[in-house]
Amino acid sequence: MKAKLPGYAGQILYVDLTTQKTETRPLPPELAREYLGGRGFVARLLWDEVPAGTDPLGPENRVVIAAGPLSGLFIPGAGKLHLGTKSPATGGYGDANVGGHLAPELKYAGYDAVVIRGVSEHPCVVVIDDGAVRFLDGSQWWGQGAIETETRLKAKLGHDFQIMTIGPAGEKLVKFACISHDFGRQAGRTGVGTVFGSKQLKAIAIRGSRDVPVADVKGVQEHGRKMYEVCFSKPGFEEWTPYGTAGVTDWVNEVGAFPTRNFQTSYFPEHERINGQRIREKILVTDKGCFGCPIPCGKYSRVKVQRGEAFVEGPEYETIALIGGNCALATIEEVGYANYVADELGLDTISAGNVAAFAIECYEKGLLTEEQVGRKLAWGCLDSVVFLLEAMAAREGIGDLLAEGVKTAASVIKGGSEKFAIHVKGLEWSGYEARYAPAMMLSYMTADVGAHHNRSWAITYDVAVGRETLEGKAEKVIELQHIRPLFDALGLCRLQWVEIGFELEHYAAIFPLVTGWDYSWTDLLAISERIWNLTRSFSAREIEGYGRDFDYPPARFYEEPIPDGPAQGRFIPKEQLEELLDRYYHLRGWDRRGLPTRAKLEKMGLQFVLDALGEKVS
Amino acid sequence: MLLGTRDDLCSGCRTCQVACSLEVFGVVNPKKAALGIDALFPNPGKYRLVTCDQCGECAQVCPLGAIDQKDGIYLIDANVCNLCGLCVTSCPRQAMFTHPDLSMPIKCTGCGECVRYCPRGAVYDVHGEVSRK
Repeated sequence: MKAKLPGYAGQILYVDLTTQKTETRPLPPELAREYLGGRGFVARLLWDEVPAGTDPLGPENRVVIAAGPLSGLFIPGAGKLHLGTKSPATGGYGDANVGGHLAPELKYAGYDAVVIRGVSEHPCVVVIDDGAVRFLDGSQWWGQGAIETETRLKAKLGHDFQIMTIGPAGEKLVKFACISHDFGRQAGRTGVGTVFGSKQLKAIAIRGSRDVPVADVKGVQEHGRKMYEVCFSKPGFEEWTPYGTAGVTDWVNEVGAFPTRNFQTSYFPEHERINGQRIREKILVTDKGCFGCPIPCGKYSRVKVQRGEAFVEGPEYETIALIGGNCALATIEEVGYANYVADELGLDTISAGNVAAFAIECYEKGLLTEEQVGRKLAWGCLDSVVFLLEAMAAREGIGDLLAEGVKTAASVIKGGSEKFAIHVKGLEWSGYEARYAPAMMLSYMTADVGAHHNRSWAITYDVAVGRETLEGKAEKVIELQHIRPLFDALGLCRLQWVEIGFELEHYAAIFPLVTGWDYSWTDLLAISERIWNLTRSFSAREIEGYGRDFDYPPARFYEEPIPDGPAQGRFIPKEQLEELLDRYYHLRGWDRRGLPTRAKLEKMGLQFVLDALGEKVS
Repeated sequence: MLLGTRDDLCSGCRTCQVACSLEVFGVVNPKKAALGIDALFPNPGKYRLVTCDQCGECAQVCPLGAIDQKDGIYLIDANVCNLCGLCVTSCPRQAMFTHPDLSMPIKCTGCGECVRYCPRGAVYDVHGEVSRK
């Protein structure tokens, strides 16, 4: 039988946790054609399903989970799942993605997407088993760590189930709780785990056995073979893989962009003690890859410190940056152990590392006292970091405030701490200090979810073309903001392209073989731009006064010169930030307030947005 | 062609299984692969490959004589097999599989596709006739 929509499983699963009922609907072909999948489905379904003004932690908020049309296929890196929600961290559009094996498994089970609504009366687990969906009482796992929960669920259900679960932090509604999978992979950002917790949804288990239909099987096989062969031939295949993302640690320090001591500076003298080589030499157990990946960046490790021993996947670069340099932990074992603690608690290591570092700096400056905190805090102190992580996850003592994230914490602590609460839009900053990298700075300022690097990793461009100049930077950021999120819509990992130079043309070539649609790469990028305008519009719909005022970095980055290291003396003055934003908005077809214009929305095929935004649109 | 394995090189990516299902059944579905991967996590944190070594035990136990050897590879005759499952339960390496869509067990045909596309060389040809692309 010929599939209606090759490349797709063809169905969306709607789960109502309040009534414990599910409904399966056919995937609308126009949704697939106009939004592709993954991030595109998340953006459009959230727009349609979440009523304007919804409380992020209330029953009307949704979590949309989606694979892409290329997920689960014979394509390098075809294992990315996208999750999105109205973010409890920012109040606007939020999403996160995770590798491992969830996206393929969801398609093998017969679904391209799952939409979750409502609130369960008691803790629950949703089991999706080849089209049969059931609810389990999750009380026995509530309160357990994420790794422990995954272990027990697999023992109960079968090891061929793929699990996504929250830890205690999600249950306690910590604003940066993550979703964990495959013993160390996370959908980390924007509080998707928090929304799981608010719905009393401890975990989802998925198993599937179905074929994924493709338009041209022979073509997919032949082109898939070629894609792997090209990957095998790249120098980075042998050189990058042994160290994974952690391999970039030394370079980031050399260019003066490594978050250090709550972004007080951008060079960590001990960086060679927490880099990828150290992982390989001292703690590695096995390389661990996501589905279909020829260059496994997962470094599954075993660490031993005075506090104890642990298995941990990683630490990968972001954790090395935010829990390592940013909290000044100076051995790979300590970073790995803190990573394990955060993983088990279900905390996003990027945000949690920022929050811990923010608390330590507040303590250092006398804005938090030993009495308020319950102990002394110090840079480079594993006990301080673990104490803070556990306090946040349990919302105990000062942890209750810290669990709200640095933006809210600074608004309570005051005393100038707002200047070093390192976030944009309420989302904490990831691993690239950008005071000497204007394109990277603009990337963080304008990323739709808040201060995250994965929409536009432009620091290499800054280094390549000159770090002082602003020229061409806005153009590059926009180009990357269309390419990189396109991977999230297709259900793919981007690291084959980013890290070993695998060419984009290969994806363009296989897309028509999978779907039967004669979309060019330009067509796909146009869809990515549509999605970008939609996510911006979602936040504008949900947040009063949303726009330009939400696009600035913390004052530290435009007022304080970097005190030492390779980028000593550098910062980007406010007038230059304005210049970058003006150029960026102009190129995007947005007004000076940073909102898409009527003409732009119409051109993007987003007429329905106009009705909702009304007078906000110029 | 005879499959050998290096478990310590496996990263659990399942490329071998997707390649296998495409070559043998012409579908994208790693659940129809003739080799398996056990992921032993969180402790000890290792992968274990499950592959056919063409030992012939399946042919020995088949009550219908549906499995014959040709050039060192044991193959199932779909016209004779009635999916009694005895070969699957008797396989000393648990390297024969079933799938609800299929009317006979899944068994390695020695095509070498897994060897050609395992990025890590974790499955290889003991005879050296097939190698990674």
